[in-house]
Amino acid sequence: MTINTLSQDGVQRQQMPCLTKMERMIISMQDPDMGIKLRNQRLLITVIPHAMTGLDIVEWLIKKCSISDEEALHVGQLFVKYGYIYPLKEPRNLILKADDSSYRFQTPYYWMSTRWPASELDYAIYLAKKNIRKQGELIEYEKECYNALHKRINHTWDFVVMQAREQLRASKQRRKGDRIVLECQEQAYWLVNRPPVSPEHYKLTTLTKNTIAMLTPWCSLKYIGVSNLNGSYVKYCEQYQPHDPIMQGCLPSNPWITDDIMFWNMNSETYMFIVALPTKLRVERWSFSFMELLNDQMGRKEFLTYLEKEFSAENLCFWQACEDVRHGETAKIPEKVDEVYKQFLAPGASRWVNIDSKTMEKTLEGLKRPHRFVLDDAQMHIYFLMKKDSYPRYLKSELYKNLLARAIVPQETKKSVFPFMRRQRHSSPSPALATQTAEDDGKAKYSNSNSGTASRL
Amino acid sequence: MCDQTFLAITFGPCDNCSQNKPLMNIYLKNEPINYCSLCVELMACQGLAKGETTNTLKAESESLKAKLEEERAKLHDVELHQVAEKIDALGQFVMKTRRTLKGHGNKVLCMDWCRDKRRIVSSSQDGKVIVWDAYTTNKEHAVTMPCTWVMACAYAPSGCAVACGGLDNKCSVYPLSLDKNENLAAKKKSVAMHTNYLSSCSFTNSDMQILTSSGDGTCALWDVESGQLLQSFHGHSADVLSLDLAPSETGNTFVSGGCDKKANVWDMRSGQNVQSFETHESDINNVKYYPSGDAFATGSDDATCRLYDLRADREVAIYSKDSIIFGASSVDFSLSGRLLFAGYNDYTINVWDVLKGTRVAILFGHENRVSTVRVSPDGTAFCSGSWDNTLRVSAYLRSSGESELRNILYNTV
Repeated sequence: MTINTLSQDGVQRQQMPCLTKMERMIISMQDPDMGIKLRNQRLLITVIPHAMTGLDIVEWLIKKCSISDEEALHVGQLFVKYGYIYPLKEPRNLILKADDSSYRFQTPYYWMSTRWPASELDYAIYLAKKNIRKQGELIEYEKECYNALHKRINHTWDFVVMQAREQLRASKQRRKGDRIVLECQEQAYWLVNRPPVSPEHYKLTTLTKNTIAMLTPWCSLKYIGVSNLNGSYVKYCEQYQPHDPIMQGCLPSNPWITDDIMFWNMNSETYMFIVALPTKLRVERWSFSFMELLNDQMGRKEFLTYLEKEFSAENLCFWQACEDVRHGETAKIPEKVDEVYKQFLAPGASRWVNIDSKTMEKTLEGLKRPHRFVLDDAQMHIYFLMKKDSYPRYLKSELYKNLLARAIVPQETKKSVFPFMRRQRHSSPSPALATQTAEDDGKAKYSNSNSGTASRL
Repeated sequence: MCDQTFLAITFGPCDNCSQNKPLMNIYLKNEPINYCSLCVELMACQGLAKGETTNTLKAESESLKAKLEEERAKLHDVELHQVAEKIDALGQFVMKTRRTLKGHGNKVLCMDWCRDKRRIVSSSQDGKVIVWDAYTTNKEHAVTMPCTWVMACAYAPSGCAVACGGLDNKCSVYPLSLDKNENLAAKKKSVAMHTNYLSSCSFTNSDMQILTSSGDGTCALWDVESGQLLQSFHGHSADVLSLDLAPSETGNTFVSGGCDKKANVWDMRSGQNVQSFETHESDINNVKYYPSGDAFATGSDDATCRLYDLRADREVAIYSKDSIIFGASSVDFSLSGRLLFAGYNDYTINVWDVLKGTRVAILFGHENRVSTVRVSPDGTAFCSGSWDNTLRVSAYLRSSGESELRNILYNTV
């Protein structure tokens, strides 16, 4: 939903698609066979036709949509709030009660989609009618509106009063039952569309601004479609389920439920908490994908240790330096690229990385005019080299297997001895403080994670 | 994983100006050509080439779309919920609100989690942006923006800054100072400038770059230090309401959704629109990637949420129900991607089983529209912000007899 009411072609946009849906449901509610059973209701001495009880509405919704009564009441409430159903006994109280209180369907003439926004002129006529019919029938806020309108559209006031009189005369000629029904409908409409100003009601803002549209030739690229890739979703969900606290809980416990932050302390990423031993789940997760290993600071450190043993640590360092170029300050790019060249790419460099000649040639050519993505090809080459070669070997290595064996499985938090005492919720040092101190130590300002979405950590 | 299976030359000499630049692959009269983004813009702005009119261009674009639909239909993919028939159904989930954050004086419009898994930043209609430690419910920082309707806010990956914007058409970055006496507004840095309201913003992998989407129909990538525009993304024909960065290895793409009912996937380097999906019947309010990066979910005003797969290039699931009439304003996945949390304009939050397509829970509690729903970075809880001025952090309570008691006790928030 947006504040712009005009679409790109200057056509009025459909403001609330939910209204169409609601109306469809209202129509099916009134279906003679499958809809709600309507009967006559007695209101004081008059008989109102085609009415139903609140309970009827809720029961119909439960059956039609297969939902619980709480939800059915909630949905039914929306119909009353938007004026599609109105209560007979307490018209000002626009709520749905799941008992024998009477309700009626609003006539389509007064539906929100057909008569929105409500016209000031119509409202003035309505109030004038009420005033003429019985002095003192206007309640407080209606009196205020009446006076305000009288001032604002004074030039049409004669017309307003004339219309009011005409409509009253026409209504007197109707049968009493019809008259009461029409009055109820009209009253319900105005209660929805001109309610007393209260903090509960939110008003739809209508700002008209023109949107600037740009038409670009639409690109189409042919894809190699993968059929039955839906199996991959199942696999992914199953693999990650033990790691999903909402699905399977977490050990020792979910901090939000038990107020015990042990879970966070044990899995901490910040350098302030030097974690001795990681949890088993954490170490297992490194085996899911290369990205998982690199995203975890501890995993990355372990991997670096392994690479050092294999004398290929420069690969990871190169990759990290490239990340720094890609995501760092624009102003520092030339000097960073230069550093990378000196350390990793120059012939005879101290930490020379092994990339194929074509990529090397292209990269060196690009270095003449360094920009953010100049190292991308080389970085990708090294990344896939590590992924296809070093990473699988790391997972089979003694280093990894030892860590996995030593990794801990936390005990579930014991229930508090005094169950009626709530644990103290301790505050934690702000990450701003942590990195400020890091800055003082000359470390990089941004976190070393690769992932773009926070939910991956 | 998100292997990029399509072939595209993304960097090289431009066919027009011969300079080595990031390229856009476009079709001119059915011929594929590679232009740099500058040449494409010049061509688009200069109007139409000889023999072309807006009608012929539109007709060409329509026929391309139709051709692609044909290709997609040929693949005959099995529906996601059919493949998921074999796995166990989930029981009913009982979610309980664990924290209620009160302090905003008006509608909460947006929120974001910090990577430390407990802090959040939230913004509201009255211009206030507040940083909370949601765990203790303490407010740590507060900024008053010079405009109302702050529709976008984001936490920096380092936790040292927040970005926000709204009706001021700008995105500003505030470094979070720990000095209580310091006025945060003094250190404000204006980064992004659009020609219409800012609908969404997100930091990329570092504090140095911000991606924004706007009511002017464009998305843009900015350098924070200099405020320089690094790349702009044109292709939506109406307001862009939301964006999300892909959690892929190469970290180069993002998805955006807008009022033109389209969800577009973009390449950040070239500015090119690489994929487009148009099956919703109304505005797309929110887009979020599936944790693996192979798919994304959208929430829309047509009261449905849909899942689109990037490799098969089509919609693979719809999450809808007869009783859900109002639009979905915000969506997010649980850590494993099995659950989809969606906040709706009828004040409820529905939780969907992503694989089976069924709803597993409905949460009441908010007294007005739910405007934003985000799962915490480690998946332990989710936070929902609403037009009732509050934020609620909820978690799944594994119900058994004894934990019900614990629930009553811990519920004194």
